[in-house]
Amino acid sequence: MKVAITSVGNTVDSSVDSRFGRCSFFALYDTESGNVEFVENNEKNAIEGAGPAAAQFVASFGVQKVISGEFGQKVKAIFDQLKIQLIVIQDEKTVADIIKML
Amino acid sequence: MVRPKRNRRIYISPDFKGFSPIGAINKSSVVIMSFDEYEAIRLADYELLHQKDAALRMSISRPTFSRIYESARRKVAQAFVTGASIVFEGGKIYFDSNWFLCEDCNAWFNSHEHDVSKIYCALCESKKTLRFSDIEFESDTSYLSCPKCKRTACLKEKKQKIACPDCKIELQ
Repeated sequence: MKVAITSVGNTVDSSVDSRFGRCSFFALYDTESGNVEFVENNEKNAIEGAGPAAAQFVASFGVQKVISGEFGQKVKAIFDQLKIQLIVIQDEKTVADIIKML
Repeated sequence: MVRPKRNRRIYISPDFKGFSPIGAINKSSVVIMSFDEYEAIRLADYELLHQKDAALRMSISRPTFSRIYESARRKVAQAFVTGASIVFEGGKIYFDSNWFLCEDCNAWFNSHEHDVSKIYCALCESKKTLRFSDIEFESDTSYLSCPKCKRTACLKEKKQKIACPDCKIELQ
C-alpha cells in the first residue's frame, strides 16, 4: 500500500508540511518494500486551484492514504470520491516519525 | 437567480453502474438516474425509513426528499415500461465519510467503513477512537456537541467529560 505524506523538504528528517495543496514535496512511502520516494509539488506557487490539482497529482500515483496538516473542502470532496483515506496530524512531526508509526 | 441546490449526502454508493433489460428491442434508450435519486429509493424502499428520517440522512428537507423520490420512481417506471436501461450518473452530492479522532496519537482521520467495530486508527492502529459526525441521525447513540464550533461527537456509552479537540472547551 502506498501512502503520501506532505513534506517541507526532500529528506526523511524534514517535518510534515501543514498545508496540502501548497506543500513543497510529497513523500511517497511504500509500506511493503519500505521505499520512500520524494516528488516535487509543481502546484506550490499556483495562483488558483492548487489543492484540486495536487489531489489529482497525488491520486495518479495510486496512493491509499494521504497524511497532511490540513485539507481544504474541494480536496476532501475529491478524495472522498476516490475513496482515499485522509489523516490530519495535529502535532509537529517529521516524515521519519510518521513512517515509524505506520 | 435561483438558490443553489444543497449538497445531498450519500451514505452508500452503488457498486455497479446501472441496469439493462433482458432481450430489449430498443437498446439505445437510456434513463439517467442521479445518485441522490438512487439514495432516495434505497432509504425509502430498501431501508424502509420514513421520509422525515430519510431526509435527515441526506441532509435535505422533507419536501425536497419527497421530490427526489418522486422523480426517482418515475424514472424507474419509465425504464420498466419502455425497456430502457438505467445509468447512475451525476447529481449534486457528496459521499459520506465519518471523521474520527485517535485518542492515542491525537490524529484525525476519515473512514468510509460504516461498521464502527472495524475502525482502528489509520496511523498507529489504536482501537481508542472517537467518532464525530456533522448531523445526528442514529437513535442508539448519544451526542455531545461543542458550543463554539458545533462539532458533534457520537458516543456509544455515556462518558462524563470530553473536551473539544480544537476549541478545548468541554462538550455539552
